[in-house]
Amino acid sequence: MKLNRRNFLSLGVGVVAGTTLSPLPWKLMDDVSIWTQNWPWTPVPPDGEVTYEKSVCTLCPGGCGITVRKIDDRAVKIEGIEGHPVNDGGVCLLGLSGLQLLYGPTRIKSPLKRVGERGEGKWQTISWNQALTEVAVKLGELRSNDRSHTVACISGSDQGTVPGLLNRFLTAYGSPNYIRTPSIHDSYEIALSLMHGGQSSAGFDVENADFVLSFGSGIIDGWMSPVRMIKANSIWKNEKSKVVQIEPRLSNTAAKSDTWVPIKPGTDAALALGLAHVIIKESLYNKDFVEKYAFDFNAFKTIVLESFGPDDVAKITGVDKKTILSLAKQFAGASKPLAICGRGQGKTPGSIDEVAAVHALNALVGNINKPGGVWAVSQPDYIKWPEVQMDAVASSGMKRERVDGAGSEKFPNANYLLNRWVGAVNSSKESPVQALFITDANPCYTLSDTSVVKKAFDRIPFVVSFSSNINETALNADLILPSHASLERYEDVPLSAGLTKSVIALSKPVVKPQFNTKHVGDVIIEIAKKLGGSIEEAFPWDDYETCLKATLGDKWDALVENGYWSDPDFGVPPWEGAFATGSMKFEFLGVVRARGGEKDVQAKHLFTPVTIEGNEKSYPLTLIPYDSLRLANGSIGDPPFAIKTVEDTVLKHKDVFIEMNPETAEAYDISEGDYAVLNTPKGKARVKIHLFDGIMPGLVAMPTGLGHTGPDEYLAGKGINFNELIGPVEDADFGLDVVWGIRANLTKA
Amino acid sequence: MTTLDDKAKEVSPDVVGDTNQTSSPDNCNCENKGKDSGGFILLFFIIGLAAALVAGWIIFPKLLYSQKKQPIDFNHALHNELVEEGCESCHFFREDGSFSGVPKLAQCIECHEEVQGEDPEEEKFVETYVANENEVPWLVYSRQPDCVFFSHAAHVKAAEMDCTVCHGHIGESTHLKTYEENRISGYSRDIWGKNIAGFKKNTWDRMKMDDCAKCHQKETGSKGACFQCHK
Repeated sequence: MKLNRRNFLSLGVGVVAGTTLSPLPWKLMDDVSIWTQNWPWTPVPPDGEVTYEKSVCTLCPGGCGITVRKIDDRAVKIEGIEGHPVNDGGVCLLGLSGLQLLYGPTRIKSPLKRVGERGEGKWQTISWNQALTEVAVKLGELRSNDRSHTVACISGSDQGTVPGLLNRFLTAYGSPNYIRTPSIHDSYEIALSLMHGGQSSAGFDVENADFVLSFGSGIIDGWMSPVRMIKANSIWKNEKSKVVQIEPRLSNTAAKSDTWVPIKPGTDAALALGLAHVIIKESLYNKDFVEKYAFDFNAFKTIVLESFGPDDVAKITGVDKKTILSLAKQFAGASKPLAICGRGQGKTPGSIDEVAAVHALNALVGNINKPGGVWAVSQPDYIKWPEVQMDAVASSGMKRERVDGAGSEKFPNANYLLNRWVGAVNSSKESPVQALFITDANPCYTLSDTSVVKKAFDRIPFVVSFSSNINETALNADLILPSHASLERYEDVPLSAGLTKSVIALSKPVVKPQFNTKHVGDVIIEIAKKLGGSIEEAFPWDDYETCLKATLGDKWDALVENGYWSDPDFGVPPWEGAFATGSMKFEFLGVVRARGGEKDVQAKHLFTPVTIEGNEKSYPLTLIPYDSLRLANGSIGDPPFAIKTVEDTVLKHKDVFIEMNPETAEAYDISEGDYAVLNTPKGKARVKIHLFDGIMPGLVAMPTGLGHTGPDEYLAGKGINFNELIGPVEDADFGLDVVWGIRANLTKA
Repeated sequence: MTTLDDKAKEVSPDVVGDTNQTSSPDNCNCENKGKDSGGFILLFFIIGLAAALVAGWIIFPKLLYSQKKQPIDFNHALHNELVEEGCESCHFFREDGSFSGVPKLAQCIECHEEVQGEDPEEEKFVETYVANENEVPWLVYSRQPDCVFFSHAAHVKAAEMDCTVCHGHIGESTHLKTYEENRISGYSRDIWGKNIAGFKKNTWDRMKMDDCAKCHQKETGSKGACFQCHK
């Protein structure tokens, strides 16, 4: 018996026959096909019970109501709440991507202590006890040396219990230096306080307006509350309401408007006054309002008629006389006209002259506190904590002037001046801020001239960040006490982004905290307890949740169930009694008087062009920023989902494009896609060129929201941060940063 | 097989023809060799056949499935006696109509927060899972591949089918059988069925697409469209 060729073949045939007669090939084929249809390495989300949790999106100030779809304990989708007063079922790109900020790998998982140099990104994981003790020891030291006033806090908001607790802590500790990050709300708040009297924020009844005159507001590019504005835009289309967009660049908003009026940048106030001139001259204004409820109409009339004729205004703004006349007539002729301002998304304060002039237009047509108009909305007044019993150190600390000079003799009308705060830290021999807390803000990215901001941070010996990922500011901190992500925590969010209702929303822990993080509210209470004495006494709550429930009282149940609470008694006051100025009337020249135009009102008091940095000779171009809904440019940068939606005429690979009119490009002998070096007095950047007919010749525009250093590979290192190329321009009377652009030159790379 | 023999025989005269005709002993040897090799060929064929059949029917199924023990040996019969609504007491439908499937720890804790009886399996359950709030990693015999959509509500509620039609009498079992996991697909052996040839006696012996289709054909007159289950 030999295994020769024949036998071997026979054996083989036998094996084949036997295999065919066994289930092996058929079963294998079946299993392999199942395997290939369900690759085991493809993640399959686990099945489970579907539930929805209502909350509020806190990724921008918009305040959209969200309902989070969960499978068992895992959040899987963010949707808008139907019928919510802000977004009525809608949700934006950033909001949709919120889960990536919750589950993304860049979350900070426990308290971190810096071990390398500032900005180096070398951290050591420490325990919460050690972290809080270090903070308490540092604060204790400063306080015992009578330097409590050198502690400051930068926050993205000043409303609600968390900012309230932080502010309360500073008061009990002895520092007046609570600072909110700048935005158009600063300008509106100052303008309203001077024209209406009292403290209020501007509400815009956009849904009911039938003629919208927008001075550069990126209505559908993320202005105020993005989803609400997009919904309003749909209403306008359905109702055939007119939208006029005035800005030097064809933004999405301009493209979707009925009329786009290109204007020389920075001259919006002059145009508004020009329109006022026509309205007054042709007697198209609301006589009832102007005569009965306005204090100084005649003085306003005189100066406007004298100095802002259409010919003059046409020269200043570049908008032709015919358009000025026609716009004025259309605006005054509409039944519910609304004039708004706040450049782009309104992330920078902008000129108060502009707000005052635009608001005066609303007043002229009597569309104040009326359907479709601008409302002065006072914030819901529900935080009723006992007054802080300050000890001697706290009292003396609180008497000190704020580092930023807000509320001082020089800037009595300003509440917060973060741009000046940076200057003050940099210009003193020893930093007037010795310890800094930052929450819900990223000033090292969002403020004009970031290098100067970073320099200021370098001068502050102790910086504590509450960020939940390593953003530009956290990178320059000494300690990071990571906060819960927004979907992991309770927090009341009073909605203030241009809403005409008094609404409080509640952010709820949709999922349990994923990492060793702590609520900012709890951190404050625990530090207060560690410091003891009158500071501890100012915080009689065991923890933040107890504090929040006690503060919200009978609103709590409604907040938990609906995600928001709307004041049922809220209504804007009728004109009679609506104004709390000295005259108890609307004051057209309120802002002018604050500028020193008390007796002799001059045109310069109403409109002084904001001079941007750089001389025209060395820098023949003007660089302006533009905001887009696809690029988050606030304290939170684009999550991966969002950055993937950016067009390749904005960002290609790591290169950012600047928009340039083909006419300008010809002068520079530059074409589409060419590399160039953009120089401004503040910095330079390598950019690519995108030729765009929708931008005025002589201007170049750059997107905001790029050029991050973190937190992940999807965002970091892509494009340039516009704020690196621009510096602040301070309003001499109000202290705000009113910059709108900077001069620039370009060299072909 | 005969063909092979014939061929062998046919080959011999040719060989003879080519050689010297007087050398007959060689010729005889050749024929004998041919007969012998024909037998061996058959033998080898049978060996091959038998080996393949043994491999295919006996060894292959053993190799294909890995044996896994359930984390806790759950006694369905015992629990079934204590509950009022049969299977649905624990395997219930949620308010939205979706089926809860294997109970979560939260349900078990309703009774088993503390050890109640003397069963070591219960003690193990309480100590390992309840105390640490860890979900039990049950191995689900009837778990279908991810590309299959199945609605319990449509079958149990709308068509009023009994659980046993597909799941058999697991509710009466006192122990959980060994979970046999297909090493290739990762799913349970119960989907293909215990019988490696795919034969079945009872409706619950197998849970393949053909079984779904057969029942659908019988009950609804149509096997159904692809997208009904493969969405």
